[in-house]
Amino acid sequence: MLNSKIPAGQLDLKWTDYKGHCKLVNPANKRKLEVIIVGTGLAGASAAASLGELGYKVKAFCFQDSPRRAHSIAAQGGINAAKNYQNDGDSVFRLFYDTIKGGDYRAREANVHRLAEVSANIIDQCVAQGVPLAREYGGLLSNRSFGGTQVQRTFYAAGQTGQQLLIGAYQALERQVALGNVTMYTRHEMLDIVMVKDEKSGQDKCRGIVVRNLITGELERHFGHAVLLCSGGYGNVFYLSTNAMGSNVTAAWKAHRKGAYFGNPCYTQIHPTCIPVSGDHQSKLTLMSESLRNDGRIWVPKKQGDNRKPGDIPEEERDYYLERRYPAFGNLVPRDVASRAAKERCDAGYGVGSSKQAVYLDYANAIERYGKIECGKLGITNPSKEVIRKHGLDVVKEKYGNLFDMYEKITGENPYEVPMRIYPAVHYTMGGLWVDYELMTSIPGLYALGEANFSDHGANRLGASALMQGLADGYFVIPYTIGNYLADEISTKAISLDHPAFVETEKAVRDRIEKLMSIKGSQSVESFHKRLGKIMWDKCGMARNAQGLQEAIIEIQQLKKEFWSDVRIPGGINEMNPELDKANRVADFIELGELMCKDALNRNESCGGHFREESQTDEGEAKRDDSKFQYVSAWEFKGESDWQLHREELIFDVAKPTQRSYK
Amino acid sequence: MEHYTMNLTLKVWRQKNSQEQGRFETYQVSDISSEMSFLEMIDVLNERLIKEGKDPIAFDHDCREGICGACSMYINGRPNGPWHANTTCQLHMRAYKDGDTIVVEPWRANSFPVIKDLVVDRTSFDRIVQAGGYISVNTGNAVDANAMLIEKDKADAAFAAAACIGCGACVAACKNSSAMLFLSAKVSHLALLPQGEPERKSRVLNMVHQMDKEGFGSCTFTEACEAVCPKEISVTNISRLNKEYMIAGLTEEK
Repeated sequence: MLNSKIPAGQLDLKWTDYKGHCKLVNPANKRKLEVIIVGTGLAGASAAASLGELGYKVKAFCFQDSPRRAHSIAAQGGINAAKNYQNDGDSVFRLFYDTIKGGDYRAREANVHRLAEVSANIIDQCVAQGVPLAREYGGLLSNRSFGGTQVQRTFYAAGQTGQQLLIGAYQALERQVALGNVTMYTRHEMLDIVMVKDEKSGQDKCRGIVVRNLITGELERHFGHAVLLCSGGYGNVFYLSTNAMGSNVTAAWKAHRKGAYFGNPCYTQIHPTCIPVSGDHQSKLTLMSESLRNDGRIWVPKKQGDNRKPGDIPEEERDYYLERRYPAFGNLVPRDVASRAAKERCDAGYGVGSSKQAVYLDYANAIERYGKIECGKLGITNPSKEVIRKHGLDVVKEKYGNLFDMYEKITGENPYEVPMRIYPAVHYTMGGLWVDYELMTSIPGLYALGEANFSDHGANRLGASALMQGLADGYFVIPYTIGNYLADEISTKAISLDHPAFVETEKAVRDRIEKLMSIKGSQSVESFHKRLGKIMWDKCGMARNAQGLQEAIIEIQQLKKEFWSDVRIPGGINEMNPELDKANRVADFIELGELMCKDALNRNESCGGHFREESQTDEGEAKRDDSKFQYVSAWEFKGESDWQLHREELIFDVAKPTQRSYK
Repeated sequence: MEHYTMNLTLKVWRQKNSQEQGRFETYQVSDISSEMSFLEMIDVLNERLIKEGKDPIAFDHDCREGICGACSMYINGRPNGPWHANTTCQLHMRAYKDGDTIVVEPWRANSFPVIKDLVVDRTSFDRIVQAGGYISVNTGNAVDANAMLIEKDKADAAFAAAACIGCGACVAACKNSSAMLFLSAKVSHLALLPQGEPERKSRVLNMVHQMDKEGFGSCTFTEACEAVCPKEISVTNISRLNKEYMIAGLTEEK
């Protein structure tokens, strides 16, 4: 039933072999083929630009006022590539292996190997576009290390790597707009896909979308021979996350309801280094780049409930718990491990700050270390503490200045003087629409790229791999794989927008909007979203158990009923109405939340970001159960609160599963 | 840091759509925590307006961490409020004290027409980029990234210019509504890099032409733009833009 279409043959030759044999579309035919792209983050913008360059007629959609604002911009730390510029033993195989292992053996080998193969091309492409990645004095590109790896393969642009990579893709996209190959629709939100029966094959295929113009409220129909969903992840199901306020699951969820399987929905990544919650008013959480763990040391007091200021706690009374528990990787353990360790300390009563839900990330040591190195370089003998500190501060400022400034703006505390307080927060979702090797969902003609799909990160994503995957999918995978589908569509004429499928889909979308507006209840959309988030965080967050998940499912079903009978949406339909936009999204998040709990309940093992309390070692580490759960969960929507599970067995020919150890 | 709560008077620009006249509405907000961000304070007000059956204030925002460039409030006569190198979403209420009156307007510029309340149309910036704000390299054409050496100082300067988030605060602050800081940041980013060399002249000429077509005002170098830029883009980029434009105008072969 589930055909992942992984090419036969040796792992490292599969992609080469695929490219050598996939079908091609000749340039004259490309002009006749229309492709719709939803979302303009790294995956969407790079796909739109690349397909436009190839000559396809592309329409790209984003809900923001400009494609440049997609949330890829917020990625701070960097992008991995197997360039081995540092001569430290990196290779395509190592990047592949680290990603599979980091993902806790829950990703497909073939996809991950392809990702590692094209990673080097991404850096070449971005530099050619003028992306100003950090450089050394000799003029060569600079690298740094990142959580979960022992080589330096991460390229970066200060703390703005996502921003710079997206501007590169955005500029390439705008160039195609200027050339007439891409038509850009900003402030447009996709509200459903359109399925049309293909006369030749008898299959239902995705042939377009219905979108809402967010300025006028008008619904529009758009035809495409293929549709690409590049709409990002669904971390906002937790209400508080590091996602942007507008990040949503709606595009993916509508596709899911129309037949696209949802893969591993319970795999969420809780990022260890975020600024802690300060109060009920909080609307979102802010991430502090993981690169801070390269030089910062994480600790809590050795004494429970220690209320002393961090500076008053002497060295011997501090517990550098990551270094203690994981001597081999120390502060650089993968994200899931670091997050759980922080939760463990706080739950045990060692947390710091007024909420006690935080740990320290301390730079005093790094400032001193860098200061001594600088003094050495400058030939300063016997430098005073002040001189060392001054030079150390300069280095730290150069490396992390914008992150430190960001922290100070939010908290009002100066992190050069006092250690930062951090706590884990929802950050990324490894789950997403199930796709095959060609990135096609279980609906013919519908693709999912970037964070919107489930494919490459297994149960946990390594740092600096999200940017890599988004751009790999958009620049280097979809341009090949889409041809393999569209080559058979060259005789398919553009379907009239008056086709019954378009008319009916638009009507269903309109009916739902009218229904939402007609409820006229008493509770705001935001209040429902907050309640959903709390259920998810408490019962489907960093640690999960069967009882909590069962409770959560019932609570969410009740919340859904309440939402559809008591939500209050002000304003009208035919105007700009951000509350209506939000209501559409929150309604979908509620349904997704239920599926996530269902998936988490089914997966009675701990793997990556998914920690089932029933499945842990004596030391409290996550325990995987390969004999029962070495598969991808692909859920098929059958009706309200009704799903069928399909399993895609994972086969490891090369990277043999072992229990992950970072000790 | 001591936290406190405050009561405030807000005067907010309300405008139903691009056709209708706008006006200021006055709102009292109470029990605002100094720990809130400015936008969270607006969230609180909006929740109340919804409860009262009124239309909430529409405003652009997305990342809420100072990088997407969406948020755009003109606060007490200054884009993004009183803090230096700041976006509206990064502004926190500890900047205010109990009893303060805060006036909130949309970006003011003819080239940024109001869509609703505090939401403006900034697609003119996208069109300026379409006119040449890129390097023409198709996917797959690139050579090895380290084949081209770029001096660190130049790369750093290009990065400093590329840090522009396209928010439009520079235009909003300028008495002439000039987009020169925005444009100069893009021209500088690409002109400083060897990759940008082949299109260097046509780029600056076409982008300036598009900027003028969009109706942005001229630059009289008051430096108000630099003073309010969230990413501290320097006005030296404007000098570079002028130089690039002059050289291109004088030497372009057509």
